[in-house]
Amino acid sequence: MTAALSKHFKIISGKPWIWAFAGAFLVWGATILYTGGTGAGQILSAALSFATFSVIVGIGQMYVITLGPGNVDLSIPATMTFAGAVSMKIMETQDAMILPGLVIALLCGLAVGLFNYGLIHALRIPPIIATLSSSFLVQSSAIAYGRGLKIKPPELLAEFTTARIAGFPLLAICVILLAAIMSVVLHRTVFGRSVLAIGQNPRAAALAGVKVDFIRLATYLQSAVLAALCGYLLAGFSGGASLNMGAEYLLASIAVVVIGGTSVAGGFANLPGLWGAALFMFLLVTMLNTFGLSAGIRLLLTGVIIVGVITLAGGRRD
Amino acid sequence: MLNALEPFITVDGVGKNYGAVQALQSVDLKILAGQALGIVGHNGAGKSTLISILAGTQMPSGGELTFAQSGISLPGYKVDQAQAHGIRCVFQELSLCPNLTVAENARILHPAIRGVGWKARARRLISDKLDEVFPGHGINPDDEVGDLSIAKRQMVEIARAFTKVDSPIHLIILDEPTSSLDAIIAQQLLTHLRGFVDQGGACILISHLLEEILQSSDRIVVMRDGGVVDDRAARDFDRGTLVEAMGSVAKEKDEARKAAKARQQESEALVSIRPAQQSDGRRLQAFSGEIVGLAGLSGHGQTDALIDVYQQKRRDTQGPAKTVPMALVPGDRQVDGVFPLWSIGMNIVIGSMRQLTRGGLINPQAEARLCEDWREKIAIRTPDMNNNILSLSGGNQQKALFARALASDAEIILMDDPMRGVDIGTKQEVYEMIREEAGLGRTFLWYTTEMDELEHCDHIYVFRNGAIVADLAGDEVTEQRVLHASFEDGAEGGKPEAKGPEAKEPEAKEGTAS
Repeated sequence: MTAALSKHFKIISGKPWIWAFAGAFLVWGATILYTGGTGAGQILSAALSFATFSVIVGIGQMYVITLGPGNVDLSIPATMTFAGAVSMKIMETQDAMILPGLVIALLCGLAVGLFNYGLIHALRIPPIIATLSSSFLVQSSAIAYGRGLKIKPPELLAEFTTARIAGFPLLAICVILLAAIMSVVLHRTVFGRSVLAIGQNPRAAALAGVKVDFIRLATYLQSAVLAALCGYLLAGFSGGASLNMGAEYLLASIAVVVIGGTSVAGGFANLPGLWGAALFMFLLVTMLNTFGLSAGIRLLLTGVIIVGVITLAGGRRD
Repeated sequence: MLNALEPFITVDGVGKNYGAVQALQSVDLKILAGQALGIVGHNGAGKSTLISILAGTQMPSGGELTFAQSGISLPGYKVDQAQAHGIRCVFQELSLCPNLTVAENARILHPAIRGVGWKARARRLISDKLDEVFPGHGINPDDEVGDLSIAKRQMVEIARAFTKVDSPIHLIILDEPTSSLDAIIAQQLLTHLRGFVDQGGACILISHLLEEILQSSDRIVVMRDGGVVDDRAARDFDRGTLVEAMGSVAKEKDEARKAAKARQQESEALVSIRPAQQSDGRRLQAFSGEIVGLAGLSGHGQTDALIDVYQQKRRDTQGPAKTVPMALVPGDRQVDGVFPLWSIGMNIVIGSMRQLTRGGLINPQAEARLCEDWREKIAIRTPDMNNNILSLSGGNQQKALFARALASDAEIILMDDPMRGVDIGTKQEVYEMIREEAGLGRTFLWYTTEMDELEHCDHIYVFRNGAIVADLAGDEVTEQRVLHASFEDGAEGGKPEAKGPEAKEPEAKEGTAS
């Protein structure tokens, strides 16, 4: 009996992302109980749509956080805004420019990533400060470049980002695939193993032959490029690039990583948790809105519930 | 003060073990008032453990300490009791707080300095003592310790140990007090120490500078392998007898070792570097299939040399080592080696990821095969290589780290004193494996602080102060020669001054009276 229990516990504790999905499911259940079943499908569909964007930036952030204490990318919102604004302006709503626009967006991300790591490595600025200060520069560039105008995306891009197959968002399917690929990258490639090793013990990793500087560079580049991709897609999804479009993704990118069961101390990460956490975050807000609670109570409960899930998910590391 | 040559502390059968390691085995020792006691012995002989017990920072596993004034005082003997008995310590690793001033550091030792004006009193206390011990020291009591040179820090540490406020000082313990002082300052200290002893104080002096010990001590205790092996008046010793007493009698080496392969100087060395502090043309060289030992006292630049080789730095010849894959077996497992969240298998595989990659992905079957191979080969004691690495004992963790290096495609394997804390059985297994692998053409660079391990090396470089001071091969490798070279000017028979090359160190220069 106890053996069976402990075996079950081992299975759960080996999969810390289960808590995020459990939380998402409970919150969703509570919502449709309250509405008497109406809108269950729509809520889920909307959750998938919006969670998609948190997951894209969450993947980049997760790899960065996994590098170990002190590693975080705070320039994600600015990079999203910058890449969104630049690519929308270059595409000028022409469908033919969609691919060049994507390339430009990704190059913007690459540039920000290089700049971030330049500050971190060459000037030895702690990542939290380096990415924060570069985000001011990048955000200012976006303002100067876009002059605060909301530029519409090309028709086709808008259609692609909002397309649904049998009620299931097309973009979500793509990003589920992306997450699956990144999960394989994390566990089965030299790059992924190196990130995990550095997060546990950077000195030991270097002495075991891991090219620590190169891996860190690649990780910060990856985060910035994914943020740029997210900015590009989000601009298409929400009808254009605006200057505050990235704002909520600073917290979201970190929250989905942590709630998803990735270790803040580094060296341990998982991809499914990002999806569970992103869905949970969206559904939680939806639930509290459905209950018709006041803004203050909503924020309060959001905080309390997030702490609860993190405590549960974090329980495995002792 | 006590009467001269009365025992101040009697150490009776004191031993100490850390797990299975016997650091100190049943030591009997009398520490007499009015006598300077020198303790010598190579690394791991138990000197530091013994003084830690006297200072109350370590609890002995057995035995008794008897104080002349208050009788038996074990167990429950702690730092505060040591303080109350008038025992002061200057440790090898300096114990000052770098963010506080000299005066504030002095206050830490003396809780009695309190109330209004404590700072002025602390300032006066420490600067008076500095003036007394090191005239012309040039240290301001308001200097922050972190800003001082290492030599000045050591001077503050020493002067602080001699300060007294309310209770008298009976015993001063100095662990390598002159390691960063130049000759003049060191002499000032030794003179002051003599004065303290002549007034009836007891003193324990630990130093690797044998001349210093011979000159300043009244009595010398030689320690080896956690025990006292000799205890005589200082005048009965000279350099030679001291070195002999420290090392176990050089063992006859087996015939195979005697027929050590002659170095083919004409062929190109696989590794050839000049250590950072090396002022002459000596180089650390390793040829294919050789086991090269890096010997000497711990912390004299051997690890740095290994890291230099590993990072392919300072190689000013165009040796082939540039493209030769290397692996390192760390000595400090927790800091330099183990990935604590991973399984045993993943900890091994990280050294060979590239060879196991097919089409960009690490092949799980190949990974599992490699793990099983090495579990058998190196006998890692675990039912499942997927268990967490921390489920293994320390020795088996070390085996996993060996497997990581040996399983890789490295042709040169660097070992950073990897056998610390490993049981004798495991050691023998690993020695066997090293010889086997060397026979297959792998090259080993092996830093070790254990004399016995040097027996396995074809060629030995002895390090002192970051430079190679002796280069021994084949028959020349004897414990005595290594010991002689490890201590100052050993090979040449010693110079008349108390201080050898240390005085030339740039760091120490800063401490010169200005």
